[in-house]
Amino acid sequence: MVIGLGHYLTVAAVLFTLGVFGIFINRKNVIVILMSIELILLAVNINMVAFSTHLNDIVGQVFAMLILTVAAAEAAIGLAILVVFFRNRGSIAVEDVNMMRG
Amino acid sequence: MNPALTIPAFGPVLPEIILAAGALIMVLFGAIRGERPGYAMNIIALALLAVTFVAVLMLPSERIETMGGSFVIDGFAKFMKALTLIASAGGVILSLDYMRREGISRFEYPILIVLSTIGMMMVISANDLIALYIGLELLSLSSYVIAAFDRDNVRSTEAGLKYFVLGSLSSGMLLYGSSLVYGFSGSISFPVIATILQGDVGIGAIVGLVFVAAGIAFKISAVPFHMWTPDVYEGSPTPVTAFFAAAPKMAGMAMATRVFIDAFPGILIQWQQIIVFISIASMALGSFAAIGQRNIKRLMAYSSIGNVGYALIGLATGTAAGVQGVIVYMAIYLAMTLGTFAVILGLRRGNVMYETVDDLSGMARTHPVLAFCLAMMMFSLAGIPPLAGFFAKFAVFNAAIEADLVALAIIGVVTSVIGAYYYLRIVKVMYFDDPAERYDAMPAGVKFVLALCSIFVVLFGIVPAPLVAAARTAAISLF
Repeated sequence: MVIGLGHYLTVAAVLFTLGVFGIFINRKNVIVILMSIELILLAVNINMVAFSTHLNDIVGQVFAMLILTVAAAEAAIGLAILVVFFRNRGSIAVEDVNMMRG
Repeated sequence: MNPALTIPAFGPVLPEIILAAGALIMVLFGAIRGERPGYAMNIIALALLAVTFVAVLMLPSERIETMGGSFVIDGFAKFMKALTLIASAGGVILSLDYMRREGISRFEYPILIVLSTIGMMMVISANDLIALYIGLELLSLSSYVIAAFDRDNVRSTEAGLKYFVLGSLSSGMLLYGSSLVYGFSGSISFPVIATILQGDVGIGAIVGLVFVAAGIAFKISAVPFHMWTPDVYEGSPTPVTAFFAAAPKMAGMAMATRVFIDAFPGILIQWQQIIVFISIASMALGSFAAIGQRNIKRLMAYSSIGNVGYALIGLATGTAAGVQGVIVYMAIYLAMTLGTFAVILGLRRGNVMYETVDDLSGMARTHPVLAFCLAMMMFSLAGIPPLAGFFAKFAVFNAAIEADLVALAIIGVVTSVIGAYYYLRIVKVMYFDDPAERYDAMPAGVKFVLALCSIFVVLFGIVPAPLVAAARTAAISLF
């Protein structure tokens, strides 16, 4: 069997969906949400590289590099915010992120 | 010679370069100077924003692409960048006294505002998907930190955390959409995408378009991607909320306009229905959900959701008149929202900030001028002539009717009447309820912003022509 563009897109779509569901269904821990966000960005990278090879166009891979870089910055900021939140609240359980409602 | 190796024209990017270099100098200056009281950093930031504002006004008005086609300036970019800079400067001025009194006057705040302003200016001028994404992330990452700026306050950090999680999700969706658009059009450049995606395009490109639209809707807090807005607005320090309600909204609407008009003009029918739907949903939610709110910051969050809905009416038309409506609407919304938050920042006795609607009770007797200004803002937000808000709504409804979107315009009028209920309730509480104790005198910076916004809102109706004409020129430059 030849592995073509469609297979890569399917894997990426599955990973993307898992990431989105990971954010909304997860009731335990904010760290899992950070992991889900990474999963979403990596799914996009698979898409980018697959399209780049398929189109024989280097731009997609350049885009993937930039996404990796920004994802690192995003994770750093997310963890920093999580640390200050933990200092104030003493917990990073998702159900404790509930000071504001209504 | 390889054309990719030629040095690009830096002139059109000058405002961004000034801001970026200035931000780096501010980081150095702040690190050397350390945590000392005083407004030095804020004044540097304001000076930087002012210099950039002049640089933006001096840009040429015709369309210029530079940086290998990934950056574009035109009349539209110029106008929206000017609005964004005004909004950011408002965010700095409103914060001066508040940050000092709350003991969070750290030098990072003006730097983060400047950094996120660079991001906003980049998304306004983005001409390909990479520039759009990088600009958006620069804007968002700085905003997450600013939301959690009161780092010893559990509500502020929770606001930052919520903003971060949902904002990252939206960037992920925008990216996923970008990857599909890139894959099915073969290019990341907006003009090339526009020439390829025409007429009957495949399902892949449409799915990409929908994801891009979802990511953008998140940033401008349009329904159904608005759920972060009330919590983030309520939890963030009030000047930060004012900044969020003003500056990223300008950049977000400009980004939406740029992406849909520049990159997807050939599939107008496809995105028009998306925009019409989120516009109607935002207007309806903005009107109904705000009715039960007691917290003014939360109420303003729903109000901003509704206002985005009205501005999207203009975008839904996809015509120059519609874009002109968007620009006029956003300019007037900027004055109304900054003015309202200036009044909210004035509700302070000693060390306590008051932020519920009941705290406004009887202000007409204790603070007649303040109450009058807020009443004008509320009448204007409700769209009552002859105040500025009426002209804003008139511009977008008119464009919708010209583009045969009569139903959309009618729904807009109906929701704006429903929304008038909660705006007018604030006026009623101020003018007819029993007065409470007096609040402290307003800080000078807040007074200054409030005075400018009030003058604009009240007197706009007398001379609307300059702004409307400038908006028309800016809108036409996109087509």
